[in-house]
Amino acid sequence: MLRDVAAIGAAIVAVGASFGAVAVAAGLPVWAVIAMSLFVYAGGAQFMAVGLAAAGNPMAAVLAGLLLNARHLPFGLTLGDSLGRRLWQRLLGSHLMTDEATAFALARPAGEVRHRAFWLAGTLLFVAWNAGTVLGVLAGGVAGDPATLGLDAAFPAGLIALLLPTLRDPDTRRAALGGAALAVLTTPVLPAGLPVLLALAGPALLAVHRLRRPPAPPTAQVVEPENEAHAVRAGRQESSC
Amino acid sequence: MLIAVIVALAVGTYAFRVSGVLLRDRLDLPTWARQLLPVAAAALLAALAATAALTEGAAFAGWARPTGVLVGVVLAWRRAPFVLVVVAAAGTTALLRLLGVP
Repeated sequence: MLRDVAAIGAAIVAVGASFGAVAVAAGLPVWAVIAMSLFVYAGGAQFMAVGLAAAGNPMAAVLAGLLLNARHLPFGLTLGDSLGRRLWQRLLGSHLMTDEATAFALARPAGEVRHRAFWLAGTLLFVAWNAGTVLGVLAGGVAGDPATLGLDAAFPAGLIALLLPTLRDPDTRRAALGGAALAVLTTPVLPAGLPVLLALAGPALLAVHRLRRPPAPPTAQVVEPENEAHAVRAGRQESSC
Repeated sequence: MLIAVIVALAVGTYAFRVSGVLLRDRLDLPTWARQLLPVAAAALLAALAATAALTEGAAFAGWARPTGVLVGVVLAWRRAPFVLVVVAAAGTTALLRLLGVP
């Protein structure tokens, strides 16, 4: 586990360094670059914000960055008490919730093992991203382009490797493949962040489907028309959050 | 101005992260909804991985990156160690770029 997180951590140091270098080159003061990595702590939104802010469009930088990060809400709902039972664990853990930390945690069985996986990945990747940023600020152009090292292929490959075991479940597989296809197809026409959120359409359809046909076990309750309308509404909310 | 952008992004991003975690306690979710949450997270992560593998901005990312990702996925499928998956994906893409593949 530690070795796996370290592999992604090494890639994150390099991408963090590239962020530091790009942000300084775009004219951001050093304090702002470091504050972004510490307090925003979301790579995609940070790169996007630097680009848009440098282009003189700060409002767009905020909106685009937040649209990109809206996916963390369903991540938080799913992880829930994997962060810990105490309030401080939840408040601090929430800040460490990245795509990679979420994927590492959800790849482990729920309970103590997942809790430890989340905190190990969360802490290590936070340190990696911020150490990388500082290195990039110090090294400037020397930090190099992570694309030369092929690091842009490392992240999707790592995410898919972590996801593979959960894809054995047919419902999850259908929802994930459908969502991925929908996101890729809509990427050319929708603002960044929105295509990924559209992937929630799969699980939302599944929810409606399950409510229409309640499972056979004796505990299954008759679905009242009222309940069903509520579920459809909930599904819509889910797909728009 | 810059500090306003950073504060807005930091507060907004943290609000998304923390509200999911805290809502989970308050909401008394029915079983079907609790079962669907991991499916929703998997769909989001799959969409994220697919768009990151295939697209750059609004366009196709070129062949080097998806080829590297594919090598990694095949290795993961064959139950190769995670570190090997990540290194092979990056290595393949880096090598293809060195050879002039976009």
